[in-house]
Amino acid sequence: MLVKINGKSEEVQGATVLDLLKARNIDPHMVAVELNARMLEGDHLATTPVKEGDQLEFLFYMGGGR
Amino acid sequence: MDFTDEQITRYSRHILLPEVGGKGQKKIAKSRILIVGAGGLGSPAALYLAAAGVGTIGIIDSDVVDLSNLQRQVIHHTRDLARSKVLSAKEKIQALNPDVTVVMHEDRLTSRNALELIRGYDLVLDGADNFPTKFLCNDACYFADKPLVHGAILRFEGRVTTIIPGKSACYRCVFKNPPPPGLVASCQEAGVLGVLAGIIGTIQATEALKLVLGVGRPLTDRLLDFDARRTAFREIKTKKNPNCPLCGEHPTITELFDHEPETCAAKS
Repeated sequence: MLVKINGKSEEVQGATVLDLLKARNIDPHMVAVELNARMLEGDHLATTPVKEGDQLEFLFYMGGGR
Repeated sequence: MDFTDEQITRYSRHILLPEVGGKGQKKIAKSRILIVGAGGLGSPAALYLAAAGVGTIGIIDSDVVDLSNLQRQVIHHTRDLARSKVLSAKEKIQALNPDVTVVMHEDRLTSRNALELIRGYDLVLDGADNFPTKFLCNDACYFADKPLVHGAILRFEGRVTTIIPGKSACYRCVFKNPPPPGLVASCQEAGVLGVLAGIIGTIQATEALKLVLGVGRPLTDRLLDFDARRTAFREIKTKKNPNCPLCGEHPTITELFDHEPETCAAKS
């Protein structure tokens, strides 16, 4: 199915948001996930299904400044 | 307050702007801005805010200038090595613009001093280099009801967002808590393209001046991410999160606290 991840259209397989993260080798603790403009709770990643046309943002922590 | 002829000349390119004018320049002259960290982000922000004529610039930092800072912390010079960063910054600011009052806070921002400190300013510019301080800035600005201009840089990327407490998404609306220790690299461990500090720090200064002037649309409810490798900006829309532990419907954070300092054991 076709979804948008960080602004890019991608053909993905997987049933849940956690599946998508795992397929990209992204540790779920390293990102905040926004699904269709709503922040997802960390413990909902495994139970939130991905649907055709979903828009996902994987937001990585960025902490530097010095 | 009236400007002298010299000040009118100094700020003429601002005064010429219809959105600023003499009235706006007076707002800038009366403004009080706290910069957290006299480092990569704080350096360019402080210099441009000083040049702009911000009345009072407070700087909080407890460090001294290290040789490895000079690749990006442009307010400090080689002769400042081992000197206090806030003192070094104050000297450059006053050499650039003697109109500016610089308040030095040679200290770390902690849950004990943050509220009292921030209450003395109109807004805060976050140039901190670690998550505990960034989360503390966010929380303290929320409790003190002061706007916060957040910035961060790492490797080839940077991020800016503006937070109006209670009105727009806060940092915790997106990132509830700091990442687990050791999972996310800091500049010290991962490196950073020095010039990114200039790009992100000056966008922060722009946001701060816009807030002071009440001009334009602040960078609220948006994360502006910059990737220097592609020279591309990307805007991610955010909004107030009803589940936010700080500003959500059922807050669990009701007073300031310090997150544990980071340990230095980054993965990548």
